[in-house]
Amino acid sequence: MTLTPVLTAHWDEPDSYTISGYQRHGGYTAVKKALKQAPDDIITLVKDSGLRGRGGAGFPTGLKWSFVPQGDGKPHYLVVNADESEPGACKDIPLMLSNPHSLIEGIIIASFAMRSNNAFIYLRGEVPHVFRRVNSAIKEAYAAGYLGKNIQGSGFDLDVVLHAGAGAYICGEETALLDSLEGRRGQPRLKPPFPAVAGLYASPSCVNNVETIANIPYIVNNGVDWFRSMGTEKSPGFKLFAVSGHVNRPGIYEAPLGITMRELLEHAGGVRNGHKVKFWLPGGSSVPMLTPDLLDTPLTYEDIAAAGSMLGTGTPMIFDETTSVVRAVTGWLAFYKHESCGKCTPCREGTYWLSDVLHRLEEGHGTEADLDKLVEVCAQIAGRSFCALGDAAATPFPAALKHFREEFVQATTTPANESFDPAAATVFAGATR
Amino acid sequence: MTVTTQLVTVTVDGVTVEVPAGTLIIRVAEMLGTAIPRFCDHPLLDPVAACRMCLVEIEGQGKPQPSCAVTVTDGMIVKTQHSSEMAAKAQAGVMEFLLINHPLDCPICDKGGECPLQNQAMTAGQGETRFDGTKRTFPKPINVSAQVLLDRERCVSCARCTRFADQIAGDPFISLLERGAKQQVGISSDQPFDSYFSGNTIQICPVGALTSAKYRFRSRPFDLVSSPTACEHCAAGCALRTDVRRNTVMRRLAWDAPEVNEEWNCDKGRFAFPYLTDGRIQSPLVRDEDGNLIPASWPEALRVAAAGLKKSGASTAVLTGGRLTNEDALAYAGFARKVLGTKDVDFRARAASDEETSFLAHHVAGSGLGVTYADLEAAPSVLLVGFEPEDESPIVFLRLRKAALKGGTKVYAIAPFLTAGLAKMKGTLIAASPAEEVNAIVGAAGYVQDAGSIVLVGERAAQTPGLLTAVSALVTSTGAKLAWVPRRAGERGALDAGLLPVDGRNTTDIINALGKDIKGLLVAGVGSDDVAADIVAGAERAEFVVSLETRHTDITAVADVVLPVAVVTEKSGTFRNWEGRDRSFNTVVPTPGALSDAEVLGEIASAMGEFFGVDPQFWNSAAKPASGISEPAAASVGQGQALLSTWRHLLDNGTLQEGEPYLAATARMAVVRVSPATAAKLNLVDGATATVTAHGQSASAPVIVTVGMAEDTVWIPANSEGSALGLPSGTVVNVSGGAA
Amino acid sequence: MSLTQETREKAREIISRYPQARSALLPMLHLVQSEEGFVSADGIALCAEELELTTAEVAAVATFYTMYHRKPAGEFHVGVCINPGCGILGGDEIWKRVSDRLGIGHDEVTEDGKISLERIECQAACTHAPVMTANWEFLDNMTPESALEVIEKLSRGEEVLSTRGPRVRSFKENELTLAGFEDELVDFGQADAMMLAGLNRAKELGQSAPKGTL
Ligand SMILES: Cc1cc2nc3c(=O)[nH]c(=O)nc-3n(C[C@H](O)[C@H](O)[C@H](O)COP(=O)(O)O)c2cc1C
Ligand code: SF4
Ligand code: FES
Repeated sequence: MTLTPVLTAHWDEPDSYTISGYQRHGGYTAVKKALKQAPDDIITLVKDSGLRGRGGAGFPTGLKWSFVPQGDGKPHYLVVNADESEPGACKDIPLMLSNPHSLIEGIIIASFAMRSNNAFIYLRGEVPHVFRRVNSAIKEAYAAGYLGKNIQGSGFDLDVVLHAGAGAYICGEETALLDSLEGRRGQPRLKPPFPAVAGLYASPSCVNNVETIANIPYIVNNGVDWFRSMGTEKSPGFKLFAVSGHVNRPGIYEAPLGITMRELLEHAGGVRNGHKVKFWLPGGSSVPMLTPDLLDTPLTYEDIAAAGSMLGTGTPMIFDETTSVVRAVTGWLAFYKHESCGKCTPCREGTYWLSDVLHRLEEGHGTEADLDKLVEVCAQIAGRSFCALGDAAATPFPAALKHFREEFVQATTTPANESFDPAAATVFAGATR
Repeated sequence: MTVTTQLVTVTVDGVTVEVPAGTLIIRVAEMLGTAIPRFCDHPLLDPVAACRMCLVEIEGQGKPQPSCAVTVTDGMIVKTQHSSEMAAKAQAGVMEFLLINHPLDCPICDKGGECPLQNQAMTAGQGETRFDGTKRTFPKPINVSAQVLLDRERCVSCARCTRFADQIAGDPFISLLERGAKQQVGISSDQPFDSYFSGNTIQICPVGALTSAKYRFRSRPFDLVSSPTACEHCAAGCALRTDVRRNTVMRRLAWDAPEVNEEWNCDKGRFAFPYLTDGRIQSPLVRDEDGNLIPASWPEALRVAAAGLKKSGASTAVLTGGRLTNEDALAYAGFARKVLGTKDVDFRARAASDEETSFLAHHVAGSGLGVTYADLEAAPSVLLVGFEPEDESPIVFLRLRKAALKGGTKVYAIAPFLTAGLAKMKGTLIAASPAEEVNAIVGAAGYVQDAGSIVLVGERAAQTPGLLTAVSALVTSTGAKLAWVPRRAGERGALDAGLLPVDGRNTTDIINALGKDIKGLLVAGVGSDDVAADIVAGAERAEFVVSLETRHTDITAVADVVLPVAVVTEKSGTFRNWEGRDRSFNTVVPTPGALSDAEVLGEIASAMGEFFGVDPQFWNSAAKPASGISEPAAASVGQGQALLSTWRHLLDNGTLQEGEPYLAATARMAVVRVSPATAAKLNLVDGATATVTAHGQSASAPVIVTVGMAEDTVWIPANSEGSALGLPSGTVVNVSGGAA
Repeated sequence: MSLTQETREKAREIISRYPQARSALLPMLHLVQSEEGFVSADGIALCAEELELTTAEVAAVATFYTMYHRKPAGEFHVGVCINPGCGILGGDEIWKRVSDRLGIGHDEVTEDGKISLERIECQAACTHAPVMTANWEFLDNMTPESALEVIEKLSRGEEVLSTRGPRVRSFKENELTLAGFEDELVDFGQADAMMLAGLNRAKELGQSAPKGTL
């Protein structure tokens, strides 16, 4: 399958992040087109395109927009989820660095469609360089009359505020994000009410991922058929695949959904020379790991699900045979423990427990009974926690155990760092020590 | 208003019932007698579904659901732990998680024996832990206030306490801090959890994480005998539970009374009870020839009392104070009017006026159950006159706050400044100095036009001439409902019993006439700091004084006969709360020889050879006084002067709060409030000490310049440390500032 | 006590961006850090006053987020990503070397106050692993050697260029940026080989997206 640079098409131009760089390639023509249409028609267009949310869950975007009640007299809010904190996910950050205006243009069109006059971009705090780019893009858009009052003479008003988070993975969860944006602890909210009914400031709101929104101008400009000419029936369009790990050319690859991992891996220069894939994760640490025999699975929501994992953020991580899966899983659990918001018992205490046992395993202390206990503890978290972070935390271990049980058994007596020389797994392998 | 509630059919563990749509599953289960274990759930707090203990299976849903947060829908089939393996396993899993970091120190924990965690660990737990790691520990315990301590390792992060503080009390001084496994309840070091309602958090904490300094380590639940009681501190009428061990009250809790205090009470009601035992009068006292009060036998004391009262007869006045039970109040009324034949009776141990007498006689006395808490909750608007609910009737405050936040009730207050309490009710201030209150009432008519609107008037309104007359006119013209909210638990009962001088003299006039045409005084439960007129001097002038008291006071010190009476725990009785609702209680500490006021009065009467019955229908025959309109006095404020506005903080130097240092430490400090313009006029600086003087009284406190406050007015609490002026609102006072 | 009336004015400017004042709290805490180097008690009090919250409510928020410091951060707050995506690819080794060299551990500051260290989680830069940050500017594709070189330079006060942003400024300066105050550094930093990997490959193979109207 061919690569299809759309969002990334002009990142090699030094001014790709400026409004002039963006406009050189048709930027802000979609918004002019959209503002002449009826808002509902845009929602229909997005529905017809089949665009699915790029934040991880793959929820149909047009459908989500249509949940925002219209004519209810309340303010509506579009909130862009730019929290990108999922381990392995690294697509929104580069996108906002090099093509922030696609996001801004998408925000204008989406807000117009949902009759929102205020949009917020909730950006994870740890990226000042991206903060500058997005802030500047907003300023440029105001100056050019794409934001503010009576945009392009349409009578539509929109203000966009860029908001920096402060270090909390949970704030990627949309209701935690809303609480955080309201100046509270980023803990998820009870649903219902759903954000579409009572979101930001208890008003109808829509939370979308950066990449999702950045797709919009291209769909508006080029149409449903163009969009659907890429991808599959259930997973139409293209996607930013960020390939990382033990590959020769890690990086951002834009391709239609449905490209296989093997094809992507080839584009990425293959696994490090002399090594082979041990396991891979299609989209973040929160999805079950897969083994090399499934490299030919098309990267679509449906095919990856059928293979026993999830497409997630669509940012595959590849690990070769030098990697200790025990160490990887222990590291991820340390992450979930660190990031658990603390609100619900299963996630708060479960990640504490899992992390505790795994840590000992990594150091070579444990019993086989510990492995069964870990499986049970995961089962006590999954499906019982308040939000999907708990489910995510309960994912890595059972998947890893399924494929690499012997390795975990070995870890009960031998430290992971003895079974697997950590130096061999580094990208600078051999260069040190 | 007709409410049509849609009913839905739901099945829980095979039992099908119809319940109103919107009911939470956990409540439906309760109705059916099925206890689903829970920690974060509390019926009066918004659901959070955080602890995950209450998970149940709902047919058609792949994952167990929190029954405390999911409302039933028609046809829903719910299976609890009793009929679903999924639910039982989910609950057992959560219980195991809750215990991995719990210290399991039940043997030394206050909650041991009455602990939801302990109990549910028995039913839903595994018996043995599979966790063999290192438990989370915290240096223990921390004081979140002088009164409330927190052992963080026992906390299960249910957030009941923090939600209570935020949602119910409006005092979010405790919060969940940190994140994840480190999450913990805490305060910020510069603002302790000084809330009038802090004790409720101890009670609703489902583990032993929050304990009270007063009760900590003092008793075990199974050593306690618990009795339902009614609170004697204010007129709110809270249901309490009093826990006694070996005839000593160990603690008091808020008890469940949905129509009154719901499940809350204030810290005064909870903690202020050492007075029940400290400083009690042990035996009757009689003054001897040398003028010394010496212990006497009951027959001797009764004989002297009877003889003296027989002599003073109809020229005896009876001052009863506002703390009597209905039963005792009726006895005083009967004794005064029938045995002594006097009309000079008054229960008002506080500023009172003939205008108020007339107002109470016409609007309140004998009126039965009037405006209720439920009415407050349903009211479109409520106007407060001479009444600061948070300080003067805390449960009224809680209910009004709930009404304002949940039901959109608009609260207006005619007051000198926007109080913290009013802000917490999202209320609107109608700023008025004592001299402007009457006009403010006239202007407030527009706020209480809607049907169901309510005017709440406090006892302090009697301090402002003309105010009660204006209130009376307001409710007549607008049709608003009216309720009078006195401060003390016994005032409404005393009023209904006939202890209002409809045809006699009021407290002030009585005191002034002592030693003149009033020869004798029968006095109960009145403190010298309660009344403006000098009652001690009055008592000294009187020929004969009989005091019925529980503890030594400066009035017992000058009485001729002192007869000890029972405190609330030693007798049964009834308090009639501000609504007109009777709140009865039984003896919880049976004390041989303890006699109620009514019993003592009966004994005196028989020693006098008299017999009296009580007349509960006094108001049917009472001659109602003509409405005595008082002309508002034109207050003239000179240079360096302002009009005093004052009321009592809930926690202050009140005698019934004595002996409870932890509680006292959470009291609000005395401050002097003035508007910015008045501050400038009086040369007062924010933070500097100001001194307020008048009539030889003086009080000092730091200044808080208060934006939006009525002009030419100075506010200072009436009875806090250093601030007890003993003067009513409206007094012209001199104000001078000191250095910062 | 470096919180001035000017800080308060800035706080009010942040508040004015939002329909509801409380939304300003996170950026305000960044602002406090831009003055104090951490979230000080004075800073908490300032936020509480301006937003009409209790200090407990502000502390509840401040302690939830890892970017808010309880004690002063170093002039350069250095993060080493130890999430497996980086940790396995070399981050763990880099952490060890950097921590050993500085003689400080997680959440600690060098004696001279120059550098503080943090074991950080995934920074959304896995394609550039192993990743470090200095005052949150990316330092991509690190090796132990390049990491130590950065540390040396920062310690000596020499200029360090971030790989996708400008030169590394002080912790406080970048916190002001995150509070939403412009710093004129927007033009620094370009898409690098990893970001352009797909585009370059597509060009190399002559591949592109289907032609649309645009
Ligand atoms: C723990 C957790 C973290 C998440 N982090 C992100 C994130 O960083 N960015 C994102 O767009 N979505 C994230 N999500 C998904 C969001 O909740 C939400 O589904 C998404 O923003 C919706 O946007 P979309 O419909 O455009 O995909 C996260 C979800 C969970 C449970
Ligand atoms: S202290 Fe008690 S009430 Fe408060 S969160 Fe902890 S367990 Fe719940
Ligand atoms: S009681 Fe239902 S989740 Fe806590």
